[in-house]
Parts: sequence; C-alpha cells; structure tokens
Amino acid sequence: MRVLRALLRKEYLQIFRDKLLLRQMIMMPFIQLFLLSTAATFEVKTARVYVVDRDHTSMSRGLADRLTASGRFAVVGSSLSMLPANEAMLGRRTDMILNIPPGFERDVVRTRTGSIQLVFNAEDGALAGVTNSYAQQIIAAYARELGVTVTHRIDESPRIEMRTRGWYNQELDYKHYMIPGILVQLLTLVGTMMTAMNIVREREIGTLDQLNVTPISRSAFIGAKLIPLLSIAIFEFAAGLVVARWVFGVPMVGSIPLVFLAALVYLLVALGVGLWVSAIVHTQQQAMFVTFFLLLVYLLMSGLFTPVRSMPDWAQWMAELNPVKHFIVIMRSVLLKGATFTDILRPLGILAVSGAIVLTLSVRQYSKRAA
Amino acid sequence: MTAPLAAPADLAIVATDLTRRFGNFTAVDHITFDVKAGEVFGFLGANGAGKTTAIKMLIGLLEPTSGEAKVAGLDLRTQTEEIRRRIGYMSQKFSLYEDLTVLENIALYGGIYGLTDRQIRERAAVMLETLGLSDDLVGRLPLGWKQKLAFSVALLHEPAIVFLDEPTGGVDPITRRQFWEMIYAAAARGTTVFVTTHYMDEAEYCDRISIMVDGRIATIGTPLELKQQWKVPSIDELFVRLARPS
Amino acid sequence: MISTLGAFMTKEVRHILRDRQTLTVLLLMPLIQVVLFGYALRSDVRDVRLAIVDPSPDYATLALRDRLQAARRFRIVATGRSMSDIEPLFRQGRADLAVSFEPQFAARLESREPARVLIAVDASDPNTGSTMQAYARAVITAYEQELGAKGAQPVRIAPEVRMRFNPTLESVNLFIPGLIALVLTLVSALMTAISLSREKERGTLEILLVSPLRPWQIIVGKVFPYLGLAFANVLTALVAAWLVFNVPFRGSVTLLLVESILYSMVSLAIGVLVASLTPSQRVAMLVALLATMLPSTLLSGMVFPLASMPKVLQVLSNIVPARWFIVIARGIMLKGVGLEHLWKETLVLIGMTLFFMMAAVRSFKARVA
Repeated sequence: MRVLRALLRKEYLQIFRDKLLLRQMIMMPFIQLFLLSTAATFEVKTARVYVVDRDHTSMSRGLADRLTASGRFAVVGSSLSMLPANEAMLGRRTDMILNIPPGFERDVVRTRTGSIQLVFNAEDGALAGVTNSYAQQIIAAYARELGVTVTHRIDESPRIEMRTRGWYNQELDYKHYMIPGILVQLLTLVGTMMTAMNIVREREIGTLDQLNVTPISRSAFIGAKLIPLLSIAIFEFAAGLVVARWVFGVPMVGSIPLVFLAALVYLLVALGVGLWVSAIVHTQQQAMFVTFFLLLVYLLMSGLFTPVRSMPDWAQWMAELNPVKHFIVIMRSVLLKGATFTDILRPLGILAVSGAIVLTLSVRQYSKRAA
Repeated sequence: MTAPLAAPADLAIVATDLTRRFGNFTAVDHITFDVKAGEVFGFLGANGAGKTTAIKMLIGLLEPTSGEAKVAGLDLRTQTEEIRRRIGYMSQKFSLYEDLTVLENIALYGGIYGLTDRQIRERAAVMLETLGLSDDLVGRLPLGWKQKLAFSVALLHEPAIVFLDEPTGGVDPITRRQFWEMIYAAAARGTTVFVTTHYMDEAEYCDRISIMVDGRIATIGTPLELKQQWKVPSIDELFVRLARPS
Repeated sequence: MISTLGAFMTKEVRHILRDRQTLTVLLLMPLIQVVLFGYALRSDVRDVRLAIVDPSPDYATLALRDRLQAARRFRIVATGRSMSDIEPLFRQGRADLAVSFEPQFAARLESREPARVLIAVDASDPNTGSTMQAYARAVITAYEQELGAKGAQPVRIAPEVRMRFNPTLESVNLFIPGLIALVLTLVSALMTAISLSREKERGTLEILLVSPLRPWQIIVGKVFPYLGLAFANVLTALVAAWLVFNVPFRGSVTLLLVESILYSMVSLAIGVLVASLTPSQRVAMLVALLATMLPSTLLSGMVFPLASMPKVLQVLSNIVPARWFIVIARGIMLKGVGLEHLWKETLVLIGMTLFFMMAAVRSFKARVA
C-alpha cells in the first residue's frame, strides 16, 4: 500500500504545518474542557431569603434562624409587609420569601399547627424545586423540635431513620458527571467537523480534482483522510482523560482500555458523518454550518447536559438513534460506575453497527466521477 | 469535422458525439474529433464555450450524458481506472499543494502513480535541475515557476497523454514561451499534449487545433489549413469570425 | 450617498437570498431548535426505577413499598434480599434508586427504636440524584408522620408554597429566552463575520473601498440584511414558543423586540470586528465561534445558572452581552417587568453596542481601508 503511505505522509505534513489548525485543535478542546466543566453545574449554593415576619415571636425568629444555620440559606433583608419583599424579588435581589403571618406562635401552642408561606422565584424551575425541598426538610425538623418543646414530652412516635448514600459520585461533584460527556463532545467536534472541513477545503482549492484524476482508489483516498484525523482525535482524547483524572479528579473506576475501544468505535461513526457532510456541501462555510447545527442537535439531545430519562418518550426514542447518547452512556458507566464489557455490550454494539453503516454509506457515496 | 478513424494505436483520443447536459443547458453538444498520438492538440474556445466540461469528461471527472470516447485506446466509460494510470493532468485551478515543498509534492504524486523510491529520487533531481528550483514550499514560488512545476509533475509518471487546462493563465510572456518549449519537449518524447486555452496566439504553436463555440466544434484542423480554408490571417481572426456569426 | 448605499444594500440582500442552502438553514434552524429543545431539554425527574432491598418483609416494609409504588414517580423494577442482588442493575444503568430496609423493620418501629432505611441513589448526576432522593424521603416521612399521628401529637408546620413566574416549573420557560439569544448571536455575529471576511479574502472588498462608499456605509450595508434575518428569527422563535409551549408573555412584546434588535446590533458589531481583525475566512469562523457562541451558551446563564458558577466565571460573564440580554428577556417574558427594572441592563447593552461599533469601524478603517 505504497499509495496509502504517500497519501498519509501528505496528510500528516499538511496537518502539522497548519499552525492555525494545530492551535485550534489543541486549544479549543482544552478551553472548552476547562470552561465547561467549571461553568456547567447546577449546584445550589446559598439561596437568598427575604424574611417577612409579622409575628415577632421567638418561634418565628427561630424558624428564620434555622434556615440560616443550615448554611444553605442567607437572609438578605426583612420587612413587615410583602411589598418590599416582592420588589426585591422583581429586582432579583432575593430568591425566596419567607412569609410568617401574625399569630404563628399562638397557633402552634394552641392547635399544634402553624402555617407559613414560602414564595420562590421559579424562573429556574428545577433550582426552585431543589431549594424548596431543602427548605421543607429544615422546616420539618424544626417542627419536630417544637413538638418536643410544646408537649413537654419526649417524642415517642415511631421514628424512621433515613440514611442516604450517593453511589458513583460520593462528593456529589457535578464535574464528575459532566466531564465524561464533555470529552465526548470534544471527540465529536474534532472528528466530525475537522473531517468535513478538511475534505471540503481540498475541493474548494481544486486539489481534489487533481487527486480524482489519479488512479488512487476511493478507499485509499478516504483512508488517507480518516486515519490522521482518527489518530489526532484519539490523542486528544487521551490527553483529555489525563486532564480529567489528574486535574479534576474524575474517578476512573472501570477499564481504561475499554474506554479507548469505545472511543475508537465511536470515532468511526463521527468521522463517517463528517465524510457524509463533506459530500453534500460545496464551501467551507456551508460545511461549518451544517456540521455545527447537526452537532448541536446531536449533542443536546444526547443527555450531555440534561438527562435523557427526563425527556418525553419520543425524544428518548430519537436518542436511541443518537450515537453520541450511547457513547456518553458508555463513558459514564465505565468511568464512574466501573461497568464491564458485558455491561455496555448493548450501546457498544449499537455504535459498532452505526459505524459500519455510516462509513459504508459515505464511502459508497463518494465518487471520483461526478454524475 | 473529420470522421473518427478506427485505428486506436495511432489515435490518442477519439471522441464520438460526446455530450454533456446540465438540466436544460447543453454545455457540450455532440462533439466528435480525434487526436493523433504524439501531437500537440490545441482545444480552443472562448470562456464558457464548454472546453473545461469537455476536458473533464475526457479525464473521467464528469460523466458524459451521451456519446463515446476512447482515451489512450481505452473506453472512457468502462475502463476509467486504467485510463487514469496513463494520463496526466494539470488543472486550471492550481494543482499542487502549497503547504508542501517541491520534493514533497513530487514524492506524493510519484507514490500515487506507483513509482519506486529510486525512480522518484532520480526524476525529482532531474526536475529540480531542469527547472532551476530549490526545495521550497510551493506556496512561496512565483506563479510562473508553479505552473512549470505543475506541468513537470503531471509528466512525472511518463503518461501517454497529458491534459492541460489553461496552463498559461496569468504568466508573463517569457514564462509562456518557456512553457511551450517544455510542451514541445514532451511531444518530442512521444507524449500527446492536449491543451485548452483562450489565448488564440498559442494556437499557432499547436500541431492541430479545434475551436469550440457554444458547445460545438466549429472547426478543426492544422493552423495553416484553417487559415487557408477560412481565408483569415490569424487564428485570432478566425475565432472572432466564428464566435460572432454575422 | 443614500442611493449608493441603497444599491449596495440591495445587492447584499440579493446575495443572501441566492444562497438557498444557508438561508434555509438560518431560517429553519431556530424554529427546529425551539421546538426540539423546548420539548426535549428538561431536568425534571420523571420515571424513577426503584429497586427494593427487603431482607425480612413485614407489614411496615410492605406498606412502604406500596406507598412508593403508588407515588407516580416511582416504578419498582426489582426486589432483592441484599444489596449485592441489585447492584449490577445500577452498573448497567437499569435502576436509579435503591431503598433498603433493615431486618425486623416493623418490630423496631413498635419498640420505638429507630428503624433504619438506606436510600442509595445513582448519583452520577448529582442533581437528579438529590431530587430522586428527596422524593423518596418525602414518601417515607409521610408514612412516618402517619404512624406518629396515632400517638402523641407532634407539631405540624404546613408551608404553603408559591412558585412565582413559572408555576408549572417548566424548563422550557427558562430556555426560550436563552435560545433566542443563541439564535441572534449565531445569525448576527457569526454570519456577519464570515460574510465580511469572505469578501476580504476574495478581494472584492478592496473594490468596494475604492468606490464612493465610505467604510461605515460598507459596514452598514453588509450588516443590514443580517439584522433583518435576525429579526425574522426572533419572531419565529417567539411565535413558536408561544404557540407550541405556551411560554408566558407577561410583558411588553414591543420592548422585547426592541431589546432583541439592540442585542443583534451588539453581535453584529462584534462580527464586524472579528472579520476585520482576522486574516482569513477560516480564522474568522473559528474566532467568531470561540468569541461569541461559546460564551453565549456557557457563560450567559442560558443553560447553567450563574449563581452556581465560581466567582471568577461570574465576573467574566459580565462582559458577555448575552448574559445581559437573557436577564432582560426573562424579565419581560416571565415577570412582566418593564424598563423600570431593566434600565440598568439595557444601558449596558447600549454601551456595548456603541463600544463594539466604534471599535469595529476604527479597526476596519485601519486594517482594511
């Protein structure tokens, strides 16, 4: 395969001489990695609370104190009426309003029931839900305390003691969840976009015609295009894994060779898609756009940022056809949960079949002679 | 128009009713001609007359809508791959890789056409010396040198026929002259040279020429024959006469 | 002067209309994105696959199992006698949450000793994990309170919860303003940068510069059609959001459109700046992507809440125009506020527009003209 060797030399030479491309291929992924992993988090830090206490009793003050003491809430203001509180919420100075009506303590002592109102800024519904859940827990605990105080009796009701354990992500570090997915995104970007741009550029410059006139076979040409990009993508993937492990502390519980195997299979799909795109567009600009939009849809619908299981059924069906989704599942299962080869057989199999189909179709579509 | 002869050994190219349509537009309209082995054939015509489309069909980049052709004795439709081994091509847009050096380009095309390392080395050395080039990045060479280099590379694997699409566009007259000297040298070695151009004065340099107008071959023959036949002093005149019939 | 500019702008518009492929993409894409992402991108926890570990089933554990099963969100997919029975399910991704009762559960309850339950959740996604765990806790706590109600009366504090601006907690309401920003950035900044740098590369820009057109006129002429496109996109996105998702529109539509145009202008100015600073089309594309799309999606609060980010990034986000626009868009759409609450953000956008436009024109003159 001397022909292949000659072509490969040319491809590698071109890639390494292209300073801009190199910088882009190395810098962009890592910038993204760092940026994404630090920015991409839904962790709830402290929620700001505005207290409207119209009761002014030790019990009402106790409630506000309990919230603050938990470390999850911070009181940013207080008033005697809801008006300034609402203004504060509209002006985005508070996330939550604790509204305690007059007579709170009296009601608790007399009727053992007290009512309060919690108002949340629910623009971000999920965030509000989580904050609410914390608040409710704290309030329930306070209620139990009050129960002991008011009834002067040791709480003799049946107690269920709950302990929670978070598996696979002990520190509940969101980065550990995001980074495997980000590495997938990296691979996808490099694989698909680079392939498409590379081939389209040759077409735009005119050297593609020159190659088509030579006796090189279709597979030699495509192989020569894909192999260098494959090798670079794998290299970046490896570098990304190193950074993930040593800089971000992402656990690598499972087998690393298995991860690389999956990456290779996945890359075949990604490169195949890039190849297909290059056949249907004419200019580099179009190549960039089509790949960009394609990738955007693929990436967002793959469970990278939002869980696939939260999607409506039809979207989950679509995700089954999405190779990115399967690779992300593999990455997270193997790295975080220590899944074995048999555990990931299904997604890996799907990837392998997709790769075979995509590549065969794109190769077949590639013709040296225009019809 | 000359009827195609049936002796493939003497004829490098035989085209019969070659046609190419793009939707409703007929770019190449039933052209029939032949090119003898070893001759320098000028395929002339104005921009947009269909020259590039025709040449792309002959080198296997574009599928003919109808018609037949034999290139280097092989059938265009069914033996395209074998044809590719025997021909060389220099495209209108530049055909070498600007970000590779001269030697790297030579090594690439040498490897593609199956030359041994030794052959590549030898021919590269000859090429560099003949052209007076050093092993620079091709992108840094001035246009004239690039063209000459591209031509040499097209001949690297010693093809039977070499197709040149507007090879002298934008170069100075001295370089043009040098280029044509290279063409003669190649023809002298037995290579058929099929060159398209819209410079009518270059027509005089060819053994035979054809002029395409609106997708058809308006006339074909040696420059001398044509000037006598049409009673014009130059091919330039002839072209003007044919391109604007009135 | 005006007619020259007019002729130029007409040519630009024709140019765009002719590139059907890109045009289709630019008009359809936002629409498709709004609908697709609106439906698909959410973080609500729906179907939680529950695995039960119950070494010694009794009336209490069975009652709790029934409660969990009855809660709409949970679905029991497996039961076992020990953790090791169900652990493989988690590795294979077939279960999300495990509830493990300790042996002699009911007996311990009756003897008033704490009966222990272990809630183990797949915390790969910490957020989903916390939410699922919270749901499980809620069910168990309710049961505990029920049992307790028969005995001594504990104090109950019943909070009434109001979720303002988004009572249904729909994620899509959060997304749409961000999506609009994204679309605007794409069309305005990216397309302008590419178009301008392409002309620069081809050399046709030089011809324009020799013509009677002044540099600012060239910029305006180039930029104008993309402004129109961006506007069309905002309209389609808003209509889609309203029709398909019933995203609320509590504030003034006019104000929103005006602010959208303002934001487009910032993006356009950035696009021009990028084009004049970069040497080739390829570089322009990359820089535009890096400098506009990336920050707009990550640092603007569009997907990830700003409050959750480290301080450094929060500070950095202040220079991202999209960040300000998203606040404005959310304010108008979800809260129904007007300029009286958004004047600060609007001012920032105006300032950015002026700054980038001046920088763009100056750089254009210096490098290109």
